[in-house]
Amino acid sequence: MAEDPTENKHRGNFAANARLRRRYRAERRFRLYCMSALILAVSFLVVFFADMISTGYSAFTQAEIRVEVTYNEDTVAVPQRAVADDVQPFVSRGVLRGLPREVEDHPDWMGTTRTQWVLATAAVDQYLSGNTSALTGERAQRVHELEESGRVRAVFNHWLFTQGDSKLPEMSGLKSALVGSLYVLTITLAFAFPVGVLTAIYLEEFAPDNRFTQTIEININNLAAVPSILFGLLGLAIFINFFGVPRSSALAGGLTLGLMTLPVIIITTRTALRAVPDAIREGALAVGATRWQTVRDHVLPVSLPGILTGTIIGLAQAMGETAPLLLIGMIAYIPDAPASFTDAATVLPAQIFTWAGMPEHAYVERTAGAILVLLSVLILLNAAAVYLRRRFERRW
Amino acid sequence: MSGYHRPFRLQGLRSDVDTGTAIFLFLAGAAALAYSAFHIGRRWAVGVQGQGVVTHSRPHQYGWYLVAWVLLPAGAVGFVGALLRITAWIRFTELAIVGSALAAAGAGFWLGHRLLKPELRARRTLEAIMRRLLLAAALVSILTTSGIVLSILFESIRFFQLVSFLEFITGTDWAPDTAFTGASGGAEPHFGSVPLFAGTFMITLIAMLVALPVGLLSAIYMAEYASRRVREVAKPVLEVLAGIPTVVYGFFAALTVAPLVVDIAGALGLDASYNSALAAGLVMGIMIIPFISSLSDDVINSVPDALREGSYALGTTRSETIRQIVLPAALPGIISAFLLAVSRALGETMIVVMAAGLRPNLTWNPLEDMTTVTVRIVAALTGDQAFDSAATLSAFALGLILFIVTLTLNLVSVILVRRFRQKYA
Repeated sequence: MAEDPTENKHRGNFAANARLRRRYRAERRFRLYCMSALILAVSFLVVFFADMISTGYSAFTQAEIRVEVTYNEDTVAVPQRAVADDVQPFVSRGVLRGLPREVEDHPDWMGTTRTQWVLATAAVDQYLSGNTSALTGERAQRVHELEESGRVRAVFNHWLFTQGDSKLPEMSGLKSALVGSLYVLTITLAFAFPVGVLTAIYLEEFAPDNRFTQTIEININNLAAVPSILFGLLGLAIFINFFGVPRSSALAGGLTLGLMTLPVIIITTRTALRAVPDAIREGALAVGATRWQTVRDHVLPVSLPGILTGTIIGLAQAMGETAPLLLIGMIAYIPDAPASFTDAATVLPAQIFTWAGMPEHAYVERTAGAILVLLSVLILLNAAAVYLRRRFERRW
Repeated sequence: MSGYHRPFRLQGLRSDVDTGTAIFLFLAGAAALAYSAFHIGRRWAVGVQGQGVVTHSRPHQYGWYLVAWVLLPAGAVGFVGALLRITAWIRFTELAIVGSALAAAGAGFWLGHRLLKPELRARRTLEAIMRRLLLAAALVSILTTSGIVLSILFESIRFFQLVSFLEFITGTDWAPDTAFTGASGGAEPHFGSVPLFAGTFMITLIAMLVALPVGLLSAIYMAEYASRRVREVAKPVLEVLAGIPTVVYGFFAALTVAPLVVDIAGALGLDASYNSALAAGLVMGIMIIPFISSLSDDVINSVPDALREGSYALGTTRSETIRQIVLPAALPGIISAFLLAVSRALGETMIVVMAAGLRPNLTWNPLEDMTTVTVRIVAALTGDQAFDSAATLSAFALGLILFIVTLTLNLVSVILVRRFRQKYA
């Protein structure tokens, strides 16, 4: 606040000076506590991101191994024989299992031996990434030699985005979860956006100020604070058990998350509508527009950026939500992307939950990798919301 | 509704289209009818005006008037039909529902077209319809709340018909699963929820011990000490903590924090579980920080400067003013933030599912594994028990208590904030 009072020597009141010094020390101490609290909070965030990135970055590379694959009747029957015995333990079982299908797709390969880069096992991948690996002793030495001779390499892990879930860590990807999230969010948006915006318009532009309106308002504010898991109970009891929506489907998930997102959209839309000055409404009404025409042609267009911002934030919340979806069965093992809204589906956070529970160590980096994918999507959504607000929001 | 076959379905009535196709047919038919109705209505008005007659409304409003006559009957018939089919009172096929809905649309069009005349106040009718539509949307939120309340309440009542309420509230033994003991016929399932609430309470307490000091002191720093630039950066950065999905926090807790807790406890000569309440509580506390800091920051900022200046004028230091003037003034708001945060912690699911234990454990030791209400809700509903079993229904009873507690906390919090605002606004 002021200059240091201990400089104040021309008054000989030592007791008072000592007290002042104490008070100023207390002041500095308090300020230090506050500052360290903030630094602590921010450092939590830094530690968290550093942890996720250092665990997850290696999920974006995947080990490949160059082997000679023999295609003939014998190897189609017993795919393990297609590759030499000394490298066979390092080749993903998924590759060998897919061999008969490959021959079906390329009949001319029959009877040939082709040198190919194929997917290596998760153990090899973990060894290359420097993580704890199941490879020990002789086998680790062998992989080391293969790497030296250029027969093992790490490439960008496109499987993470082109494969569905799998019981083999090296074959499991996020495709089905990403498609599932897209389906679920489509339903959420299709339900929550129109209902939310219409509700907000009613409350802000049409509703008389009476008990009934106040009840609705209190209701909406409470809904926003209800724990998300209770929406899962609602979805289970109403959508699945009463209306017979298929369990685990994107439809059930989307509707449940839609109800959860509704209050967010209503509250932000109301804020956006309230920011429109009354002069605009009065101008429209003065030239003979009806209430609805005023809202549709004048109030809504200028408040649209605010409404969209709120909607995106609500969707980002829904995208990261897991708890209610667990209750309606969206943690099933889904290897293939859903083809319709009523197919069993899973979503990105649910896939993270499933992988986090897998015993194989190779799933740890995959889980962290999936988390990085999810966080990137969320950051993009929020950045879009911030951009919309900065770019289009008008102030009166 | 595919995969929803009732056993007594009449073979002759089986429709050969699935629900998706039926919905598509309905939407396509209704859209085509509405489109033509709009143009017919508008053209009628333009034609009438061409003869020099003055109409009450603009031509396109007569078009929309006819659209309403098409869509409202179609929607009503389709909705009622779907509802009857779902509740299985009458077994309509899906094609029959779509057909009758579109027939109703046609009839509506015919009726609406007969009503068209120049003095018809189409604009007024449209306005009334829009107002009703908006009101109907607003009612969805009421329906959602009552849906939550009713669904939880009904299933809870079924649960309490099987298990006594007194045992549920006071029992200290939670053992819903009889799979291992059922054959011997000796052991009965127990539904004493005390250990679950004790675990929830313990983890919430740990979370608040982290979040309250860190959140509140950060808020004080941002509101009272920090420069504008620090504030503009720090506030959104803290908000990021609230935006991270809880499943991610759960993974962080299980992967990083829990082993850390075990190591540190081991170094101190203590024995910690890998599912310790401490790890889950710490991470939950980190997640809760922004809920406290953000609301407290707002409240501290809205304490009038006159109070601060009056205090400075008496010669106090900043921290003395904060502690003796600003914080007491902001207390209702801070308590309200605290209550909201507690309600958030009580209902938090993923962190505890992934990092806290499944074992009901009545203990004061935060290094042991404990389970919470939300964990048991998830466990009850992701198992393969029959839906009618007491074990499954117990999830709804737990949900009911959770709902009542969080609702109370939220309401008290809202009332406190309102009091605060009335005092200083």
